[in-house]
Amino acid sequence: MIMLPCPRCGERDAAEFGYIGERVARPDVDATTPQEWRAHLYTRRNPAGWADELWLHRAGCGRYLAVSRNTMTGEIGVCRSVADETL
Amino acid sequence: MRLPPQPGEVIDRHAPLSFSWNGRVYPAFDGDTIASALAAAGVRVFSRSLKYHRKRGLLTADAHDPGCLVQVGDEPNVPAAARHVADGMVVTAQAVWPSLRFDVKAANQLLAPALSAGFYYKTFMRPRWAWPHYERVLRRFAPGGRVPDPASAAPGDASHARYEHRHAHPDVLVVGGGPAGMTAALAAAAAGADVMLVDDQPQLGGHLRWTSAAPGRAELDRLRVAVATGAIETLTQAVVLGHYEGGLVAIVQRGRPADHEGGVPGRARNGHPDVEETLIKARPKQLILAPGLIERPYVVGGNDLPGVMLSTAVRRLINEYAVRPGERAVVLTANDDGRAATDDLERAGVDVAAVLDTRAGVGIRRIRGRGGVRSVECSDSRVIECDLVVTATGWTAPTGLVTMAGGSAAYRPDAARFVPTDLPEGVYATGGLVGDGTLDKLIAHAGAVGRRAADAIRAADGHTPLPDLAPSPHPALFAGPTDGFVDLAEDVTAHDLRTAVAEGYDSIELTKRYTTVTMGRPQGKLEAMNAIAIVAEATGCDIAGTGTTTARPPYVPVSLGALAGPNHHPVRHSPMHDWHVAHDAVPLVAGQWIRPDSYLVDGRPDPAGEVLAVRHAVGIIDVTPLGKFELRGPDVPDLLEFLYVNKWRKLAVGQVRYGVMCADDGVVFDDGVTGRLGEDRYLLTATSSGADAVGEWIERWLQTEHRRWRVHAIPMTDAYASINVAGPRSRELVNRLASDIDMSNEAFGYMRVRIGTVAGVSDCVVWRIGFTGELSYELHVPSGHGLAVWHALLEAGADLGVRPFGVEAQRILRLEKGHIIVGQDTDGLTGAYSAGLEWAIKLDKADFIGKPELSWQRLGDGAPELVGMQSVDPLAVPVEGCQLVADGGRIVGRVTSSRFSPTLGRAISMGFVDAELSRPGTVVAARSPDGRRVHLTVQPQLAHVDPEGARLHG
Repeated sequence: MIMLPCPRCGERDAAEFGYIGERVARPDVDATTPQEWRAHLYTRRNPAGWADELWLHRAGCGRYLAVSRNTMTGEIGVCRSVADETL
Repeated sequence: MRLPPQPGEVIDRHAPLSFSWNGRVYPAFDGDTIASALAAAGVRVFSRSLKYHRKRGLLTADAHDPGCLVQVGDEPNVPAAARHVADGMVVTAQAVWPSLRFDVKAANQLLAPALSAGFYYKTFMRPRWAWPHYERVLRRFAPGGRVPDPASAAPGDASHARYEHRHAHPDVLVVGGGPAGMTAALAAAAAGADVMLVDDQPQLGGHLRWTSAAPGRAELDRLRVAVATGAIETLTQAVVLGHYEGGLVAIVQRGRPADHEGGVPGRARNGHPDVEETLIKARPKQLILAPGLIERPYVVGGNDLPGVMLSTAVRRLINEYAVRPGERAVVLTANDDGRAATDDLERAGVDVAAVLDTRAGVGIRRIRGRGGVRSVECSDSRVIECDLVVTATGWTAPTGLVTMAGGSAAYRPDAARFVPTDLPEGVYATGGLVGDGTLDKLIAHAGAVGRRAADAIRAADGHTPLPDLAPSPHPALFAGPTDGFVDLAEDVTAHDLRTAVAEGYDSIELTKRYTTVTMGRPQGKLEAMNAIAIVAEATGCDIAGTGTTTARPPYVPVSLGALAGPNHHPVRHSPMHDWHVAHDAVPLVAGQWIRPDSYLVDGRPDPAGEVLAVRHAVGIIDVTPLGKFELRGPDVPDLLEFLYVNKWRKLAVGQVRYGVMCADDGVVFDDGVTGRLGEDRYLLTATSSGADAVGEWIERWLQTEHRRWRVHAIPMTDAYASINVAGPRSRELVNRLASDIDMSNEAFGYMRVRIGTVAGVSDCVVWRIGFTGELSYELHVPSGHGLAVWHALLEAGADLGVRPFGVEAQRILRLEKGHIIVGQDTDGLTGAYSAGLEWAIKLDKADFIGKPELSWQRLGDGAPELVGMQSVDPLAVPVEGCQLVADGGRIVGRVTSSRFSPTLGRAISMGFVDAELSRPGTVVAARSPDGRRVHLTVQPQLAHVDPEGARLHG
């Protein structure tokens, strides 16, 4: 079972969180092509190794968290509130 | 036969109990297991075996015993040698017919040659069509007990029991409460660590529990006292199920403990008395494995006869339960434990006819008997009459947790067992798992391990040296000269294994799957070593080269109740709920909410009457579950423009607008109305079922893509009680209560919002909308006043004919009006254009969610269209969800909603049809599940009642 170090609540069991998916940049909606947009919607890297993910601390502070997680070892690299990232 | 009091006995002779076994009443003492009480009464046969239905008795006399699974009340597969007797318990034998003593399926033994290894892979294969018949017959031979029928389960049954979950974060978790585990726990606690000690037995002590020797008992008492008075959380009757990713250790603890501790100090914390089982998810910083050793059976002809027991089993029975296990015994031994068992047997008055020490070159050729041991044929051809055969032929190290935690197990041929190696950081092993020696030696090693674990937590560099501890030499004794059972749970013999190898299944993992050896309840704990040794011999490979099968969690079978945990089903009620209940509301479970579906009139639901009241007078409905969010801040218009497919910038203070949300794939996600209450203050509503998802959705965009927007989204669903007042006389009714709102049509038009006082309650939000198709006002009242306003509406509207209506009437009303319900009339693939929402979609806006897909949807054609339909036969209501078919049975759409319209006196529906059939007047057929067809005519618009909207605007 994964433990996530929520920057607001501390280390918590993954059962408290919602896994939203890999973090993907949303293309410019006015310039995008069907190919690019659908790749954005449906194609994921699904790496064997470090992945950049978006999680929601649903049963906690309600923050969306940027998590880097090694899918092979279960290691958590970064876990920070997206809202706290520099713009 | 019950013996006089024994020094280590765990039964309370002052607390007699009684229980029934196969319909007969038996006595027991508190602290007895089912098996010990029956053994004390002379019962020797506990079950019939899986394949051959051979009689089986006690072998290990503990939780792993393959021969004593029983049914207790409605709970199947209970290990009789581990479950304590409760007064009045009803215990029966499993899967026998007509009785345990005479089981007709024992005839299977005659078929043994045909039932050999892999028989079910070879038989029943042809002809294929006959499989259902084979299956029906085979079902009757299925082992195991009766699973409770949830419908007939009564309080007190296992299926009604309470199960709990718990999280624990000890510094050090010690697995195994024998002398080594207790010592390691004490050492770690003394060094300041927060320690949890887990043992599967009701009392701590490990193998010392069944020792009768005075020094051992004294040491046990010392350790128990020390643990009880130390800062250690001790869990007994608790089994570690496995070690998982991230160091999670799952433990299942039985509640309803046998409270009896036999006056022994060291009373451990048992489970909660009202809880059947608790699943503990522990995340220890350090893990110490001290599970001890498991004695392994000896494979020889007749080794499954009732009366063949392990040395530890007879020592448990004598010393813990004061049960004499037989009258005349032959002891087979390859180590000193046989000597200790012999001493105990003699002390218990058992006539030990012979001790066959394999180290002196004597052994057992075969055990004889029918349904029980009669005699032993020795390797020197002597035949000794006896009713008990005790074997002490070696130990298996339970290395499952070692490998699950990331370590390995290496075979030591000199000791004939595996030992742990390559333990990962933070995992330690001690006790019998690591090696043999005197009690002092074990304790010295365990103490050093406990200190090491505590040091690791404090990052102290005082590296405690570990004293040597290694397994003693032991003969590699696994199987005798005749064919016996390797796996008693699965009825697999040594011959089966050799056959499998001869057939080419010569890797242990293949042999296992082909013969099912080690796949029964003990999961290899008893039989894996013997199986490996026999396969190794058959393949000519050594044991180290043959390797082991993979140990996977759970270590013991675990009930689904323990995994599922407590039955948490949160239920939400509106503030008017009690009124609904008092007024005969038919409850509707809508997600977490319980809502009135309709109200009984003369004992019958009357949604049609409620519809007509709304159409002709006025009705009120509790719509509190509606998702509500207050949006505050200067950038709310930006957020609304982005969330919805329609436009919001021109929404003035005092106006409300209906909006549709799509996801970025262009699929309809939610809908609802949003009103502007003030300059920077909006109230957004979402569907009742989508409220949570919409809340997360709004937060997601605010927290990720659009962090610059200054918007707070505050969940208000429970903060407001919401009441919709609908019908031609709704204005009149609300006007009587809304003291400071000008309710005239000119001042308060359609799709407008006012904040004012209703029935004396200030700060109510009142908006004029029309989901039902009638003139209607939705009141959002601070929830504490919801019931008062509800009462006031009923009172003030009595002369207007006001009537409460439920969700069913509302569904009919909105279908008459042709308003969609997201999730009912749309699904996870419905694009907004398909759903007839093109009027709302504004592609000339800047970025909004779903924009690219919607622009491509618009260009595409041929997508199904949502249409209104009316049955050709006005009384025929098509089944909701059924398919629409055209000539030849081609599927051309589906019915998403259908009802009988009380207003029109005919059947109406809504559904998707292929574009070419969407022209008004087209007739399509709805195919019911029973094959009947209902013909439907496509209508010019979705609305059946008042398509012009005159009622809404009047």
